[in-house]
Amino acid sequence: MALVTRSSPHMRKQKSTASIMRWVILLCLPGLLAQTYFFGWGNLHNVILCALTAVLCEASILALRKRPIVVFLKDYSAILTGVLLGLALPPLAPWWVSVVATAFAIIFVKQLYGGLGYNPFNPAMAGYALVLISFPLAMTTNWSHPAQLQESFPSLSQTLETIWQVDSLDAPDGLTGATPLDVYKHEIKASTQEVVTNQDIFGFLVAHGWEWVNVAFLLGGLGLLALRIIHWQTPLGVILGIAIPALLFSSDPDQAVPLSLHLFAGATMLGAFFIATDPVSSSTTPKGRLIFGLGIGLLTYLIRSFGSYPDAIAFAVLLMNFAAPLIDVYTQPRTYGHTKAKHGPKAKEPS
Amino acid sequence: MKIDLISHENERELHTFRGGIHPEENKWQSTQEEIQIAPLPQQLIVPLQQHTGAPAKPIVEVGQKVLKGELIAKADGLISANIHAPSSGTVHAFVDHAIPHPSGLMAQCILIDTDGDDQWCPLEQHEDYLNLSSDKVLNIVRASGIAGMGGAGFPTSVKLHPRQTQLDTLIINAVECEPYITADDMLMRSYADEVLRGIEVMSRLLEPKHTVIAIEDNKPEACRAIKEAIEERNSHTGSKFESELAVIPTKYPSGGEKQLIYILTGQEVPSGGIPADIGVVCQNVATARSVYRAVRYGEPLISRITTLTGEQFNRPCNVEVLLGTPIAHLQTHFEYTPAKKEQLIIGGPMMGYTIQDAATPVVKTTNCILAPANQELGHDDLAQACIRCGLCTEACPAELLPQQLYWFSRSQEYEKAEHHNLFDCIECGACAYVCPSSIPLVQYYRHAKGEIKAKRLDAEKADKARIRFEARQERLERETTEKEAKRKARAEAAAKMQEEKRKLAEQQANSASPEAAIDPKKAAIEAALARKAQATPTEQTPEPSLEDLQETLAKAQGKLDKMMDALEDAKTNAPDNVAKLQRAVEKNQLRVNQAKQSLEKAEQKAKTQEPAAPVSAAPQVSIEELEVNVSKAQTKLEKMHDALSSARENAPDTVEKLERAVAKNEQRVLAAQNALCEAQAQAQAKPSTTEQSTASLEELQTAVEKAELKLEKMTDALEDAKANAPDNVEKLTRAVSKNQQRVKLAKEAFEKAQSQSGDLS
Repeated sequence: MALVTRSSPHMRKQKSTASIMRWVILLCLPGLLAQTYFFGWGNLHNVILCALTAVLCEASILALRKRPIVVFLKDYSAILTGVLLGLALPPLAPWWVSVVATAFAIIFVKQLYGGLGYNPFNPAMAGYALVLISFPLAMTTNWSHPAQLQESFPSLSQTLETIWQVDSLDAPDGLTGATPLDVYKHEIKASTQEVVTNQDIFGFLVAHGWEWVNVAFLLGGLGLLALRIIHWQTPLGVILGIAIPALLFSSDPDQAVPLSLHLFAGATMLGAFFIATDPVSSSTTPKGRLIFGLGIGLLTYLIRSFGSYPDAIAFAVLLMNFAAPLIDVYTQPRTYGHTKAKHGPKAKEPS
Repeated sequence: MKIDLISHENERELHTFRGGIHPEENKWQSTQEEIQIAPLPQQLIVPLQQHTGAPAKPIVEVGQKVLKGELIAKADGLISANIHAPSSGTVHAFVDHAIPHPSGLMAQCILIDTDGDDQWCPLEQHEDYLNLSSDKVLNIVRASGIAGMGGAGFPTSVKLHPRQTQLDTLIINAVECEPYITADDMLMRSYADEVLRGIEVMSRLLEPKHTVIAIEDNKPEACRAIKEAIEERNSHTGSKFESELAVIPTKYPSGGEKQLIYILTGQEVPSGGIPADIGVVCQNVATARSVYRAVRYGEPLISRITTLTGEQFNRPCNVEVLLGTPIAHLQTHFEYTPAKKEQLIIGGPMMGYTIQDAATPVVKTTNCILAPANQELGHDDLAQACIRCGLCTEACPAELLPQQLYWFSRSQEYEKAEHHNLFDCIECGACAYVCPSSIPLVQYYRHAKGEIKAKRLDAEKADKARIRFEARQERLERETTEKEAKRKARAEAAAKMQEEKRKLAEQQANSASPEAAIDPKKAAIEAALARKAQATPTEQTPEPSLEDLQETLAKAQGKLDKMMDALEDAKTNAPDNVAKLQRAVEKNQLRVNQAKQSLEKAEQKAKTQEPAAPVSAAPQVSIEELEVNVSKAQTKLEKMHDALSSARENAPDTVEKLERAVAKNEQRVLAAQNALCEAQAQAQAKPSTTEQSTASLEELQTAVEKAELKLEKMTDALEDAKANAPDNVEKLTRAVSKNQQRVKLAKEAFEKAQSQSGDLS
């Protein structure tokens, strides 16, 4: 009779990495539903395509690395990366854009750094940035026109034909276009708010469909907060990082993109609650997360205002990924029994 | 099972510490029954260490009859505790036995065969225990061997010592925040009055401004019992009981000393400090009861209340159990069925540790024995990669960054781990509990702490070794310069002597027969003989030369210096050897003094015999002496060769140096051998050896004595070596046999010389 020897604690809470990932995927669904309702089948198709690609890539690399495939696939992290890319990519982007982005994200950004937990960069956003730089045309013009503004709800076959480019030369007109954020940014230079927002893609509230997609992601994100899967500091930081400069410097909607568009027309809510909160590549201290989020928000604002890309979440997140380790080092909390927090990489004072 | 919460009517404002978790409490299982009395086992296994500090020293012998409560092992030093016989019986043996310790290592235990009478030894009772002097109470607590019963086992008397500054708060820790454990809960329900009396005794000793009893709100019955006991006491004595009751919200680890202090006072114990630094002392509630039992009835700490729980105990309950009772004995009496993957945890599921042997006894700190079913505490998941989710940071009550500590510990970046305050971790396990990747975080921290401590110790040792080496180097240098100076002085003296000899020879040649002039050697011998003849009547015992004495003195002093160094060293490192070394130092001081005295004497004599001395101390080197020189030089050479070969293997830097030294010594050996040959030739040429023998008799005797002493030492060293360092045994055995030969030779020479001198007289 041999007694089992184990190290304390012997008790564990039954919340696993896999369950965290599953919850995140689940809480993406409101956003995906809204996207499908307003923009057609494109996102749903992309989510499935990207998730499949992600699983395939993950499995093959795990096989090459001689790791147990099923064990690692069960953590749902590859599927989550695929789902996030499917949500973020233009709904009607050609299939190879999605496949390239996902394959790069899983193989290069995640697995070649050592797999889950070891990637310094957000895989989904790195994949997104790659295709955005490599295929700028495909990435800016393939946003679908709101379904309600078309003659009829775009059929699935129409969507598939566009994405798989069955009839590549004759892409139906009026199906695709640029995002309202992009349109507003470019047209406001020579026009006024009234004129620009008079276009049908801006709808009645902020931007037709987009505002509801953002609200849906916001709701999903609040669910994540309630489940304590993400911490409040990061999303708050992102939103404040965008809102504060937008209020300060873009108060005149005839000059620049107004706050409402910043928050509800782009990928802000998806970015703030689902992308910036990727724990692996973000800052890990409470204070650090706030700084990390603020940085993403501020960079997003800057790139949106002064850059030439339609949206900026991907670049902002990647830039802040670089900064995360440094932020961690300077934002240690004060430990119990210490008069003040230690800062910096080295011990200075014998406390 | 939901327990009706009680209102938090607290006199003081409570603070909330950051972090913490709410694990399943699982306390209801073991609170269904009253406290049971564990049956007496046939044999008690009483460990000598049941507390923090030094193990107690046994004062009984095998076969001795002991009564219940009789002192069987005495506290060794201040931070230690007495051990008493838990029941009457016979001391069976002293053995190394499994004890409740996370290391799973064995430790000395006293086995007592119980006689079943459970007969108490006479106890000193005190009806008016509240009027005893502080010293008396402290002495009773110390003698009773009471150590903190919450788990740490720190000797209680040390914590009860009155201090210079007034204590602000005495906290009675009845929080019991770990899941499953209910020992304190049941104790308060059953013995609330004794607990209060114990608290009264302790607060009279410490005289704190406030005394607070802290209980978690998941123990309403215990709270009620304490409240009622306080009210009853108040109505009984007519005065208000000085302690206040604080009911604190349930959260793990509220019962951690540092966390509890923060909850009650809002103050934090400084990092690396103790609660007393901020005027707080914490005592466990069970300890309070033991203090009362000891002071009032004279009962030493020989039993405690322990929770038996987990699904493998079909009848989970609390038992009053004698210390030393094997857990296996409790298993047989409390309906235990072993699980497939059997696991026995001492303490709770959060901070408890597993043991490897069910024969492990219950000790003063054993508050719970948890025998969970296989899936009772959660699945045995494989550790996955850390995804930096930060749940651990949220859970950490010490406000650390557990995952950073994990990365640093894992990659052995210990400096960074220390910088991230690794040593403020209280190992409560909250981080590992919430980790979704099932990483055994606490295990990593423990390992890192161990490594860092080992490294610190190594660094300390290296520092000491360096200092010692430098001191030795300095001493050696000093000695060589001194030797050099002496050698010069001797050479000058010799030259002078030679000069005188030459003059004398010249004089003789001038005055004596031409025959002598032809054979100067013969003349010299004759001259020497003449001198000897002159000298003998005045010097029956040949005085050792001044130089010799000086040398002895220097040698003795050198040895003494070395001894002092060793003593200093020993004081810091090995207290056991100190006494031995001190004796050695004293002995050597005596020797130095003797040497000094004889030197002074010799100097005086030399002064009075100025003209005679140089003549008498003629460079007539005896053959024996030369022989000794040769053999000395040879052994030195041998040693050098040894050193050289080992140096070649180990330290190539010193090889060259050693080679030079060896060459030098070879020369010396040659020179010595030459001198010996010459002397032997001379001796053969000499007609008489009588003078020589008389002269060397004394010398031989000392030589014999010296050799014998050396041999003794060697034999001692050999014995030692056999016990400690088997590698050296061979070398030492050789040395011993060599010395035995030497002693024999010396004895023979001595006897020969004696018989010769006997013949002469």
